[in-house]
Amino acid sequence: MKTVMTRKVLFLALVVAAVSVVQQAQAKTRFVLKSEDVKLPQSDRGLPEGPGRDVVQSNCFTCHSAGMILTQPPLPKATWEAEVTKMRNVYKAPIDDKDVPAIVDYLTAVKGPK
Amino acid sequence: MENAISAALSRRNLLRYAGATGLATFTSPSLAQSVVNLPLPGGVDERQITTAFPQKGRMILQRTRPPMLETPFEVFDKGVFTPNEEFFVRWHWAVIPTSIDVKNFRLNVRGHVERPLSLSLKEVLALPQIEYAAVNQCSGNSRGFFQPRVPGGEWGNGAMGNALWTGVSLKAVLDRAGVKAGAVQVRFNGLDDPVVKDGPDFIKSLSVDHARDGEVMIAYAMNSEQLPLLNGFPLRLIVPGWYATYWMKMLNDIEVLDSPDTNFWMKTAYTIPDTPHANIKPGQTGVPLVPINKLNARSFITNITAGAKLEAGEPATVRGIAFGGDAGVKRVDFSHDGGKTWEAARLGKDEGKYSFRRWYTRFTPEKGDYTLMVRCTNDRDDVQPDQPNWNPSGFMRNVIEATPVSAA
Repeated sequence: MKTVMTRKVLFLALVVAAVSVVQQAQAKTRFVLKSEDVKLPQSDRGLPEGPGRDVVQSNCFTCHSAGMILTQPPLPKATWEAEVTKMRNVYKAPIDDKDVPAIVDYLTAVKGPK
Repeated sequence: MENAISAALSRRNLLRYAGATGLATFTSPSLAQSVVNLPLPGGVDERQITTAFPQKGRMILQRTRPPMLETPFEVFDKGVFTPNEEFFVRWHWAVIPTSIDVKNFRLNVRGHVERPLSLSLKEVLALPQIEYAAVNQCSGNSRGFFQPRVPGGEWGNGAMGNALWTGVSLKAVLDRAGVKAGAVQVRFNGLDDPVVKDGPDFIKSLSVDHARDGEVMIAYAMNSEQLPLLNGFPLRLIVPGWYATYWMKMLNDIEVLDSPDTNFWMKTAYTIPDTPHANIKPGQTGVPLVPINKLNARSFITNITAGAKLEAGEPATVRGIAFGGDAGVKRVDFSHDGGKTWEAARLGKDEGKYSFRRWYTRFTPEKGDYTLMVRCTNDRDDVQPDQPNWNPSGFMRNVIEATPVSAA
């Protein structure tokens, strides 16, 4: 009889221990999210001087800052033509037909094969 | 807000302090520098270091708007978990909400489901929690090393990171909505928007089976903290073993589709040649394209940089990180002779099959020049190739990296 009682007590103790472990685990991993409010920096970089610079900046900077262009390696004119075409056709950059040659020429001059 | 700023500042100071005390272990440049050389073949490899971005420490500035920030490579030497403050950032469109109120945010589940849902964050957090470590890597990580060079984000090797992600399984959310028979894909959208009218909103899809595998996660915590806004606060999709393009940031819309997704970001962008290692010859055309998918195995030396001078006759510790992609790291081998001979490196603690894993070895050079190499084999016996791949998008680089050093 005594053994049975001891077993019951032990069992209960184990159950209590197990429950508190689960509770602790839950408490440990419960997350409360806090609202976030941030400011994103503006780019302070422009493109190098050259014919067509203004038309490039006024068109291309609508969607992305100068870094996108400044970090590009030397690329052939055909690649720059393809890039400008992609920006217009796929990403819907509102670039006038008449501005395209100036943009391609500028990019090729600044970022063409050396 | 003031508290948030001061917390961010003190965190930044802590990082600086931690960095300064750990400086002796770095062979890489000092913290005072404001530019870094990646270095990329053929040039334009200098980048500014910026601390101007919210909830971010020192990052390599690739582009301010939309933000593209690279993790300075020395961060990967600190451990297998990439700190949130230094985790890379990449956005496609510049319309990014800068303020998110946790009370108003809703995650919508709609489309081919029995019960469309609009879940508050509280409801999401009340679902059963899952947690694991996983590498998040940009499809174009290391694009700047492609030869011939290709246009795009000219990353070095730092458009990757590993974090402990905590959240709920996508399956649990989909099950609550009740996916109808005939569903084929699940499409994800975030709060970012195109700048220009008719620009394609950035949306991505997974097959319905993948979405319901129980592993794909809607995460609300990254390294046990809520996500930095630029890493996708408040909810981000985690697709372990797959490229970051699928890890939708600021996830707020889940649409179950009953026909294949043919949107631009699945059909055209982020596609790869359907060839081994997504490899083709420059100029090669007519190759079938498929959406990019699983990560491949990679490994890096993190404590010795190219051009380092070692002491002849002195044992040097060489260490780094490896990941198996969509499978665990089986082994990492090290070579000091440009790949002529290899020996197994010791592996560090296993944080799970999708995680970075530490590796270590010792090497005692005599006087002379050496090319150090490291090679990862994953649990599916995929091994890093000894020749670099090439494709016009600059995706999936995983060649065995070479680090030339000398000893005197």
